[in-house]
Amino acid sequence: MTILAFTLILLLGAFTAGMLGSLTGLGGGVVIIPLLTLVFHVDIRYAIGTALIASIATSSGSAAAYVKEGITNIRLGMFLEIATTTGAVIGALVAVFMPTNIVAIIFGCVLIFSAILSFKPKANTVVNNDTSELARKLHLNGSYPTPDGKVTYTVHRVAGGYFMMMFAGIMSGLLGIGSGALKVLAMDNIMRIPFKVSTTTSNFMIGVTAAASAVVYLQRGYISPGLCLPVVLGVLAGALGGSKLLVRANVTKLRIVFSVVIAFLAIQMIYNGYTGKL
Amino acid sequence: MKHFFSKGYWADKDIQQLIGKQLRLGVITASVLVFTGGIIYLYRHGTELPGYREFTGVRAGLDSISGIIHGVRGIHGMEIIQLGVVCLIATPIIRVALSAFAFLLERDFLYVFITLIVLGVICFSMVGELAG
Repeated sequence: MTILAFTLILLLGAFTAGMLGSLTGLGGGVVIIPLLTLVFHVDIRYAIGTALIASIATSSGSAAAYVKEGITNIRLGMFLEIATTTGAVIGALVAVFMPTNIVAIIFGCVLIFSAILSFKPKANTVVNNDTSELARKLHLNGSYPTPDGKVTYTVHRVAGGYFMMMFAGIMSGLLGIGSGALKVLAMDNIMRIPFKVSTTTSNFMIGVTAAASAVVYLQRGYISPGLCLPVVLGVLAGALGGSKLLVRANVTKLRIVFSVVIAFLAIQMIYNGYTGKL
Repeated sequence: MKHFFSKGYWADKDIQQLIGKQLRLGVITASVLVFTGGIIYLYRHGTELPGYREFTGVRAGLDSISGIIHGVRGIHGMEIIQLGVVCLIATPIIRVALSAFAFLLERDFLYVFITLIVLGVICFSMVGELAG
């Protein structure tokens, strides 16, 4: 296979990944690593570098749309960014000493976890009992616009959320993914933030977190232009197409299909990591 | 200039719009660079064979800003793609810097401080000799 054929096939694959990622909310980066390693037999270190760039592309691309609506809680995002960026730098440092087959196994586990989470019903609960002193001091409580007027919400268990975010950052730096699923988990389940706010705020954070470790990976030679070319353009076009389709498509069925595919890929990654093939 | 930092000069809405524009501009610039570099790269190397099975790291010149700029001057496709990638990495970082400015206008000094910590961590990853 020549470079031209390789680039065109990968472009098509990245387009599909970007579209499915934006339709299901799992992000484009998650599928890029199994696509590159299992289908194209690319070394996992190149795959990690490429996936990081893909997550920055999708995050920045869709963040431009969300800023206008005023849903993103910038203060909360920025405060938690301290945790995720330090985590990302730690993750990128640990990655040097980590055998690639262990990275593949951890990646597979995070992937299965993300797929299961995407099934969880998204209750847009708003909790308004003001219990966290720290949230008040840091001005983390906010509001967001709905058709029926402003909805205010309070933030809970700030310290717990902070440490979960640190963990999400380490995973992001180690595996080259946005770890959006972990971020949403920290905000929904621990900090009790309405789903709409947590999704957009997590999207804002993914780009910044990925940028922190991307700088390290770029200097380390993990980020290859020959792979970034089809992946960046494909994922961006796919995400754009996906967000246009989102209004019409039957997402529930699609999400089930996508989650099954992801679980299958995850098992492959774990198996190949276990047998030392990755 | 004397009203530059007053709240009326830059309304909060303006800065949010500015951030939105900056994000779009960053992504568009990056895509155009990656696309242009890609055409040159495929034209010159399209018939060669890809080699990503063994990890060797990218070739010299693609892993530092000075090397990338040197290659872009020589109109090398790979370096132009890499410049686009650098633009993409810079987009969220510039956004954080703009947010620091936005908090400064709101006179929310606690958040100016928090935002600067985030910027500091990112800068540390750039110059901290972490590349290993």
